[in-house]
Order: sequence, then C-alpha cells, then structure tokens
Amino acid sequence: MKPKFGVVVFPGSNCDHDAYYSLKKVLGFDVVFLWHKDTNLENSDVIILPGGFSYGDYLRTGAIARFSPIMKSVIDFAEKGGYVMGICNGFQILLEAGLLPGVLLKNKSLQFVCKDVYLSVENKDTIFTRGIRSKDKLKFPVAHGEGNYFADEDTLKKLVDNNQIVFKYTSLNGNDDFNPNGSIMDIAGIINKEKNVLGLMPHPERSCDPILGKTDGSLVFNSIASSFLN
Amino acid sequence: MYKAKVLVKRRPSILDPQGKAVEKGAEHLGLKNIKETRIGKYIEFLVDTDDKSSAENEVNEYCHKLLANPIMEDYEFTLEPASPLASQSKKAK
Repeated sequence: MKPKFGVVVFPGSNCDHDAYYSLKKVLGFDVVFLWHKDTNLENSDVIILPGGFSYGDYLRTGAIARFSPIMKSVIDFAEKGGYVMGICNGFQILLEAGLLPGVLLKNKSLQFVCKDVYLSVENKDTIFTRGIRSKDKLKFPVAHGEGNYFADEDTLKKLVDNNQIVFKYTSLNGNDDFNPNGSIMDIAGIINKEKNVLGLMPHPERSCDPILGKTDGSLVFNSIASSFLN
Repeated sequence: MYKAKVLVKRRPSILDPQGKAVEKGAEHLGLKNIKETRIGKYIEFLVDTDDKSSAENEVNEYCHKLLANPIMEDYEFTLEPASPLASQSKKAK
C-alpha cells in the first residue's frame, strides 16, 4: 500500500506547495491539501506540517497555528500513533503544541539563514530514516530565522537516552561553521518518544527534484513509504 | 470589566540575542552604563467580567497557554477596573 500524505495549509504557509509538488510530481505519492479551518484529515496516513510563517509568526513562531481547528485532529491523530512530520515552521508548531519537547529560539547570529546544510542521521531506526542506507550525510536546505533548538538539561538527557535526536548538523569537510543557528548539541531534528512525530528545521521537500541539484530529501519520504509497503 | 496588562519576559537562563544586539546600539550611542538589556513583550486587553477571581483565572490561562511559552518565558500581569465606554470614547476623538 502506498501512503497518502496530507499537507496542512495555514494562513502564511509557504512550503505547502513545495511539499505537494515533491510528494506528488517527483515521488508519485497520493497527496491532499488540508485546510487549517477543517477538522477532517481525509484518511491521510502521514500528516505534513509545512514551512512558512503561519499567522505571520505573530506572538511566537507556531504559537497561534497550534490552536487551528485542524491541529486538534492532528494532535488526536498523533496521540493514536499516526505519523506526523513538521518541517521548519511545522517543527515550531509541533513544539508549541507540546507534541515535541523544547523550543526554537532566534538564530544565534540574529540573521535569517538560507543555505544548504549537511545532516548526520543519528537514529536510523525510525520510519522516517529506516530507508537511508546509502548515505552518511544528507544535503538539505535551511531557511529560517528561528531554528536555534533549546531544551533544559533534563529534556536533553531524555532525548539522548531515548534516541530521540534524529538529525544533527554536521560538517562536510571538517569546516567548523556547520551549525547554521547555534542549536544546542547541533540538533536539527528530533522525534517523540513513541517515534511517530518528527520535527526538523531543514527542508527535505526542497531536496527531491533533481533539477534543484540535490535529492537526499526523497530518501526520507521513500523511507516513510517503504514502511507502508511492508 | 477589567483591564489586564501583561508583561512577558524571557527567562533569565535563556539567552537573548536581540537584547544583546540592541545593547550594541547603546554602546555606539556612547552610553556606557547600560547593561543586560533584555527584550520582552507588553500585551494589554479587556476582560469582560466583574468577578475579579474569574478574570484572574482567565488571564492566567491566556498567558500560560498562548501569550507566553513557559519553557522559555515568565509572565506577570495586573488587573484594574476599566470601563469599555471610556476606551471607545477615546477612540472617537
């Protein structure tokens, strides 16, 4: 069975079409858009919370989107074990909704950072990463002003003990300047304890179409899909 | 009716790069005694009830669940009696 993806559209989402395009046109999966005012997930198997600036980033990034009608359904879905993936602003929303621990602070540089980064896959035993066998370092773009992951020591210890850190920023050639935002422990993406909710700052959906010069993101989506085949 | 004035502050343990950047501006202005600039948020609104304790409860919930993120921010607020008519007539001017 092929999984059906549902991409949530908030006012201010701007990577919703990137996700739709990569999943549907590049990778050939079933995809539907889910409007933030609806509550029906339309039998999606995987929910994507896309990047962007939901509700203008007012108050705090992701703070208002968390209370959208669709989020109540997404939270129920996640609590029942449904797969949810938050990318960039989607990651910020998952943290505000309490589906993942910690917060994302303003980048240490205070600058909006838009460039390609390299990621190490720290946990290859999740449905999102199980299929990543061929590569040690993934090339994804980042584009954010608030991606500086922070959590207190207790939370970090739990993340490490439960193997919840999935992606870390890493250096391709031993160059020191590889962490784009100052995140603690170079964290780029984490998963919940139950391993069904993933949040990450870099954009796998912008690393699928070969015309963009990088395709490592498709490894993540194909990994999800292959776990539905088995 | 009450007027609520909420102050949201970043917790002391959380770095405030914005405050640091603004403090650089103070240095450039030649102000030598400015230290530990930290930037927070001020939010005000009306609470449409005459029962002070229920107003407090509602403001607390608003602060705790939406206006502040307790992982990185603390909040405090004051409530004072207010009249909605007064604020409307101010607008009319």
